[in-house]
Amino acid sequence: MGATSVASPAPLNSAPSSFPSLKALKFTTKQQELLIRVSALALIYVLAFVVRLFSVLRYESMIHEFDPYFNYRTTLFLTKNGFSEFWNWFDSESWYPLGRIIGGTLYPGLMVTAALIHRILHFFSFAVHIREVCVLTAPFFASNTTLVAYFFGKEIWDSGAGLVAAALIAICPGYISRSVAGSYDNEGVAIFALLLTFYLFVKAVNTGSLAWSLASAFGYFYMVSAWGGYVFIINLVPLYVLVLLVTGRYSMRLYVAYNCMYVVGMLLAMQIRFVGFQHVQSGEHMAAMGVFFLLQVFYFLDWVKYILNDIKLFHSFLRITLTCAITVGVLALSIGTASGYISPWTGRFYSLLDPTYAKDHIPIIASVSEHQPTAWSSFMFDFHILLFLFPAGLYFCFKRLSDATIFVVMYGLTSMYFAGVMVRLILVAAPAMCLVSSIAVSATVKNLSSLVRAKSKSPQGSGKPLSGSKAAAKASADQSLPFQKNGAIALLLGALYLLCRYAIHCTWVTSEAYSSPSIVLAARGHGGGRVIFDDYREAYYWLRQNTPPDAKVMSWWDYGYQITAMGNRTVIVDNNTWNNTHIATVGRAMSSYEHEAYEIMLSLDVNYVLVVFGGVTGYSSDDINKFLWMVRIGGGVFPVIKEPDYLVNGEFRVDKGAAPKMLNCLMYKLCYYRFGEMTTEYGKPPGYDRVRGVEIGNKDIKLEYLEEAFTTSNWIVRIYKVKPPKNRW
Amino acid sequence: MECRLPFSLVVFCLVILSSTVRSELVISSVEKFVDLHSHIVRVVSFLKVENQGPYDVSEFVLAFPDAQAKNLATMLVIYLEEGKIIYSEFPTSSTKPKSKQSNMTFYPVTLPKKLEKGKTAGLDVYVVLTNLLKPLPKEITQAESQLLVYTDNIYYTSPYHIRNQSIVFRLPGRIESYSEYSEMRLVESELRYGPFEEQPPFSYSPVVVHFENNNSFAVASNFVQEIEISHWGNVQVTEQYTIIHGGAHLKNGFSRIDYQANPSMSGASSFRTLVARLPPMSHSVYYRDEIGNISTSHLRGDSQGTQLEMELRFPMFGGWKISFSIGYSLPLHDFLFESDAGNNVLNITFGSSIEEIVVENQIVRVVLPQGSKDISVKSRFPTKKSQELKYSHLDIVGRPVVVLEKDNVVPEHKRYFQVYIYYKFNNIFLLGKAMMLILGIFLLFLMCILYMHADLALSKTSSWEEETEGRK
Repeated sequence: MGATSVASPAPLNSAPSSFPSLKALKFTTKQQELLIRVSALALIYVLAFVVRLFSVLRYESMIHEFDPYFNYRTTLFLTKNGFSEFWNWFDSESWYPLGRIIGGTLYPGLMVTAALIHRILHFFSFAVHIREVCVLTAPFFASNTTLVAYFFGKEIWDSGAGLVAAALIAICPGYISRSVAGSYDNEGVAIFALLLTFYLFVKAVNTGSLAWSLASAFGYFYMVSAWGGYVFIINLVPLYVLVLLVTGRYSMRLYVAYNCMYVVGMLLAMQIRFVGFQHVQSGEHMAAMGVFFLLQVFYFLDWVKYILNDIKLFHSFLRITLTCAITVGVLALSIGTASGYISPWTGRFYSLLDPTYAKDHIPIIASVSEHQPTAWSSFMFDFHILLFLFPAGLYFCFKRLSDATIFVVMYGLTSMYFAGVMVRLILVAAPAMCLVSSIAVSATVKNLSSLVRAKSKSPQGSGKPLSGSKAAAKASADQSLPFQKNGAIALLLGALYLLCRYAIHCTWVTSEAYSSPSIVLAARGHGGGRVIFDDYREAYYWLRQNTPPDAKVMSWWDYGYQITAMGNRTVIVDNNTWNNTHIATVGRAMSSYEHEAYEIMLSLDVNYVLVVFGGVTGYSSDDINKFLWMVRIGGGVFPVIKEPDYLVNGEFRVDKGAAPKMLNCLMYKLCYYRFGEMTTEYGKPPGYDRVRGVEIGNKDIKLEYLEEAFTTSNWIVRIYKVKPPKNRW
Repeated sequence: MECRLPFSLVVFCLVILSSTVRSELVISSVEKFVDLHSHIVRVVSFLKVENQGPYDVSEFVLAFPDAQAKNLATMLVIYLEEGKIIYSEFPTSSTKPKSKQSNMTFYPVTLPKKLEKGKTAGLDVYVVLTNLLKPLPKEITQAESQLLVYTDNIYYTSPYHIRNQSIVFRLPGRIESYSEYSEMRLVESELRYGPFEEQPPFSYSPVVVHFENNNSFAVASNFVQEIEISHWGNVQVTEQYTIIHGGAHLKNGFSRIDYQANPSMSGASSFRTLVARLPPMSHSVYYRDEIGNISTSHLRGDSQGTQLEMELRFPMFGGWKISFSIGYSLPLHDFLFESDAGNNVLNITFGSSIEEIVVENQIVRVVLPQGSKDISVKSRFPTKKSQELKYSHLDIVGRPVVVLEKDNVVPEHKRYFQVYIYYKFNNIFLLGKAMMLILGIFLLFLMCILYMHADLALSKTSSWEEETEGRK
């Protein structure tokens, strides 16, 4: 716009009517606003993608962590063998000798999405490797999430709030933690699906349109296919409907939206084999069904009320119907539960409602670090200013209560609770926090800036008759509050400062905390240079190249996915912890004496044993530190293993004062085999464990049934070969 | 030892062959040097040939026992007259003697000009052999050194009478044992047998050397090189290796503490690094494998070439295997020339860029730009040739790929052999992809414009109008 006026000022002045084309080029305010909005959104879209690329730039285009390796392996299989092969895939490389029916025990959404993107790119003849697609899937979907956040924000408040929401969620560390490039996990697409479903549902409730409702059902289907967290949707939406019913906000729009979404969504969800008939059979999904029937009863009553036209009669009818409905519902539920048709709540679900449940009953869930209750610091770390903006946003929501804001309030509050229960669920809370906070930011900034602008305009705009009266009115108001303008400017600057701090914090967190692949470890060397420990891949690649293709590797379940994906060897247990007994057997082998463990290993056909040991480098998440969980999980199934046997006065030690069973169990021997000869730190005795900070207690370790096969350059991974049984004759 | 049994056959051959016309030639002296420093055996023989017959002779026959002929990677024959090199040749065609029991393979060499009667000429024969060093013992522990056995004929194998000959083994270090002969001398690491005088054709007596050799025994069981030509000025080379340590196998497992505590004593025969010499001006070098980038490597460059020092993911012990790939880019103008007929000539060297490696099977895939025509290949040694298509970014008809395959490739192939690929390419095709991209983006914008207009025109309650109304 500026360009046109500068380029041709003379003709505009002289004969404006003869140049209509130039006039047309000049943007109206509406168009300007649209242009700014679209370009801001485009920038946010790019930003959300780019900020997640730290790890690619710093390391390489690689898959991170543990679970993503399974997803990558299955995606590779899917692209190579096609969908029907994938759907019927029986994987004999994991859970030996049981195997795993992959097609029936996973959420295929992520893999199908990546394979589809891969295929589309190949259709347009971009010969991209599937690994690059997998690495960049999460950032791509994070970018898409910002768009959804914009529309969602627009739906619940206004387009300004939408823009702020998009900007906030683009860099929110709570979300980035699970969606950096390389973190190829279900959550990466699931958060997009979750937000999309919510947005479409809210839109459906607002409009009462079948189309939106149907769209939200498909969103829900995508969510179900992508992540187990769909249970959150199928419980939150009915809860929301219930709240609307109770607060007297029942409407035809709600009826249409919920019924269509629930019925179609449920039918679609049943197509996912891993979910199957859970929607009608599992306790976790019963709330949705209950609300569905309740809505029908409500509608029925409404209709009857309309027909009857008699309050008294209607009340008695209401009483009878309600009693009948509740009795039938309770009866059906209790019969279903008693007969086993409706399965009770699962342990994971219980542990969400009661955070102490897992610790007492399911050690395998409690042992996972991301299932721990959240510390306050990590809230601050992951949300930063959103923590303060969230209550402010709630205030604005309550101030302008509507169906949409009620939804977002409920989403925010429930997800905040879950985020407090489990660290990993901070992720679910992140979009809600961003949405509610965006309302706070947008509403505040809007109010303040209108104050500032009104004042600055008043001296100039006095000539204009239309705005003059307004300005005069404002001016008179201003006179009563002399510092209002300055205050508003100060507050605006304050808000700006806060948002800048947020941006800086997010970038810092992303680059420092969330962008390391955890497969490759980096440390600062003596000279300040970066030292890379690539031991995991060294070991996995050795397994892949120099062991027989049918070798079975026993390790703690954490490394199962990586061994199958990178080492291409059969594992006994892996991160899909579906069989507790099998994991307990491995835990038992690791915590038994060598000859006992040998029996177990022979019975499982184990050829190699892999342990992770950080004593040389000071890498603290190694198998010795995880050892008590192995004992606990093993002891949970096999009472032969008793936790107190490995402790001294309730203390876990590896030095001379350690329990005798500890000093001679398989895990100890494998980790510390010939470690006693090694000097790790200057001025410390040989065999000084740098993680535990002690000199180890058993330096004279002899292995009878195993032999060292490979140890990586920094000793982080050690692989032992199980000797074949001796000839008995 | 092992070669005793065929000895009778050799004598049998001798009887047959001694009656042929070849006996006109006599080798007046042979000095044979066998270099056993690495796992590739390099044999240089200096021959003086004399024509004693009544006629001029135009052909000379080199003979090799089958065991060597099978593992013969390449051979270079240099013809000298009065000390000057006047001709060199790479004989590739072999013939079998007529008798079926013979265990000999003949390589006839055509002399550049006829050897007149009574005259003497010099012939230098340079032979590269692989797979002839056998580890003994076959399995060693990490603390032991690798011992190899080499077996050969103490006399120069030839269908001609030899007047004076000697053989010299150049060894990398300690000698465990060797065949005892009366005429022999061991000076430091050089073992000399001879001189032996007046030996009839196909004289045979085995000589066995058992010696220590800890040099890296790298054998690439599979090596695929892909050379992708872009007429925008770039050559992208990708090399995929599967490398095996071909020496004595490791027994009793690998102990890291021994390996770290005493690197010189422990795992002497293992190797941790491989060095690749890349052509000068190489850039954008990468080194990775199936599971990701390998971060331990060094790149040094000068005007002579670029040296890539690759540290493998794990030290290679006997019998261990590793596979990885390296890639680099080169400027096109160093490799592509224009011939008189308007053809493009691509000049590539054959062989691996890794030093001192035996390649059991090499496949070279030369990916020519889309639209290349009239492709022909010229090479100085026999290769299996085939053509296929490859689809890469934004390809519609696919790029023609020339596939060359050869077994038993040694570093000498890289030094002496060039492969020329002729093809025609019209530079107008270069613009094709750019035009496609431009068209694609143009279509995208066009669709956006159409969409925006259609949205405004068709629906009464478009989102835009709703919004503006809402704001009013």
